[in-house]
Amino acid sequence: MGEAKHTEYRGSIHQRQKELMLKWYERLNAAAETGTPPTVSLMISGNCVELLEAFGAVPIYPEVNALQLAIRHQSLEPILAAEEIGYAADNCAYVKADIGCYLKGITPTGGKLPKPDLVLCNFVGCNTYVKWFEHTAVLTNSKLYVLDVPFLREDNPSQADIDYVVRQLKELVTLLEQITGRKFDCDRFVEAVRCSAQVEDLWSQIKHLARRSPSPFDAYFDAITLMGPLYVYRGTPEGVDFFRAALEEMQAKVASGQGVYDQEKFRLVIEGPPPYPYFRTFRDMFAKWKACTVASTYSTVGGLWEFGARHDPDHPFESVALHMLAHNVTNRNYLQRYEQIRRYLEEWNADGLIIHFVKSCRLFSAGQGDMRDYVTKTLGIPTLYIESDLEDPRYFAEAQTRNRVDAFFEALEHSKLTATAV
Amino acid sequence: MRIAAGVDVGSTQTKAVVMADNGARVILARALVDTGANVRKAAESAFLLACHNAEIPPTAIGFVVGTGYGRYNISFGNAQLTEISCHARGAHFVCPTTRTVIDMGGQDAKAISVGSDGQVLDFVMNDKCAAGTGRFLANAADVMGIGLDEIGPLSQRSTRPVRIATVCTVFVESDILSYLAQGKKGEDIMAGVHLAIAKRTLSLARRVSIEPDITMTGGVARNLGMVRALEQVLGTKMQVSPDAHFMGAIGAAVFALEKMDQSFESSTWRPEHATGSGH
Repeated sequence: MGEAKHTEYRGSIHQRQKELMLKWYERLNAAAETGTPPTVSLMISGNCVELLEAFGAVPIYPEVNALQLAIRHQSLEPILAAEEIGYAADNCAYVKADIGCYLKGITPTGGKLPKPDLVLCNFVGCNTYVKWFEHTAVLTNSKLYVLDVPFLREDNPSQADIDYVVRQLKELVTLLEQITGRKFDCDRFVEAVRCSAQVEDLWSQIKHLARRSPSPFDAYFDAITLMGPLYVYRGTPEGVDFFRAALEEMQAKVASGQGVYDQEKFRLVIEGPPPYPYFRTFRDMFAKWKACTVASTYSTVGGLWEFGARHDPDHPFESVALHMLAHNVTNRNYLQRYEQIRRYLEEWNADGLIIHFVKSCRLFSAGQGDMRDYVTKTLGIPTLYIESDLEDPRYFAEAQTRNRVDAFFEALEHSKLTATAV
Repeated sequence: MRIAAGVDVGSTQTKAVVMADNGARVILARALVDTGANVRKAAESAFLLACHNAEIPPTAIGFVVGTGYGRYNISFGNAQLTEISCHARGAHFVCPTTRTVIDMGGQDAKAISVGSDGQVLDFVMNDKCAAGTGRFLANAADVMGIGLDEIGPLSQRSTRPVRIATVCTVFVESDILSYLAQGKKGEDIMAGVHLAIAKRTLSLARRVSIEPDITMTGGVARNLGMVRALEQVLGTKMQVSPDAHFMGAIGAAVFALEKMDQSFESSTWRPEHATGSGH
């Protein structure tokens, strides 16, 4: 089997995504030049972006900036800049890329990034973020607020956990009023929560379309494209419009039987973030085998909605707290992630699991060896374990990664042929 | 009689095997050349040398499967497969009771769980550094100032192996120099080096199920010291064929014969494939 050509998404929604993301960067650039609108730096997973909408504030996502740099092959320079001031090789490469950007004045688009009016650390699961945001606050001379979100210890958060987070959110409202000089607009907050619920519903419907064979989109590589607007525009009418259009495009593909490939040969679940510096190379390794991802845990970092959870405009503060506590993959425990993967494998009818171990992310990667054992030995499903990094290009060995991917599919192809023969 | 070939272009050496099927599959000839910088030429040289050794013209070869890191550089190959599939199939061909393969080559080490038909059930490989591979041993030999083929026998004379904590191919040099400075014996140092790799390989192999029989493949299998160290940590004997080094090429040749059954192309070698001197 020869080497693959580049695989492109067939449709218009990716172009629309680019336009929306560019618009976001333009707003940030305007904020940098004029001081308005107010901006808040926060992390993607389990965040409270709806609260910012109530103040007309724009989110700055350091992770999105970092991955945009990596995908454009520009992440090494800021990473090295961070290492020069003392960050270790094993530190989170997202952190180093972001800190390096501040040190070197680099942005993914070449425009300006504003000094955030507030550095809001909504850390869920990842306590590296606390140190990251502390440093960001120092570098930008911005005010820092750390939301303390308890880790999800049981199947559901306790009422005390919810109350604890809600109290902090209300404290944050007061702080945002002081910082922005704007009054909290509760109606706008409720409307943002309503928009989020709609976006989540549309996104969830899109993800369920991947149960179809062929799947109309790749639930890892294409999902990542859709995740940009999911984070930046979740609580907005623009987000609702975007995801409605995306759903319609995917539904049309299902109706016409159009999949990612002319002939979908394998269906996969992928665990872990991608190697952004080699995103296209990595995708093509799977495209060569006409292997379509039908579900992924990484696409639930921002929120896990395909099993029914939604923001609730009737209980805006509580539902934001619930989202932060329970409905994002990073704040959940490993057994819950096992169950999430098991459901994907079974309900989305997948042939195998790919685990991408991220060298510089202990949060996502610790325990993946046990996960591999669980999936191969308990569920009896073939699993491929590969290692590199989500941001640092130095950890990606193309020939070795390709070799593992090819070997995995050679075995999978043989077992499928054998099963068919029987 | 159908004749096919397997060519394994490894990081250090390129191996070729010519195999015939006349009711039973038989290895007709083997060839081994250093890979060097010109991967295409190495593949071609090994292939032509194997044909020469088999005393058959290259045009008699009906199908060629390439494997190893340089497999896509084999201009005359009909198909490419990873060395993971090929080592499993080769080990099954040579030792049909194989259920686990431990392969140690120049740049990587892998453990492969093998089905009763020689199919890969599961595999794990070393991560992206040369720790626990042939390169680690080569570096250690260099520091000691002895040949690679001497370190295995030397390690067998050890009575008190030193403890080598690092598995870093670069840092092991300073560990060895430090032990030499302390007056430790060469055999004890080399025994420590072999044990360090064996323990690392054991943890790798445990990630797939270690089921007997275990077959060791790859160039490092020629090192008796490594075989014994691995058997010590595994607590069991391994099957080590004299053809261990050729196992990837043997597996590729088996696949090539199987693919000839689907015979969509034959007589793959043509003079225009020649890139240079041949053998």
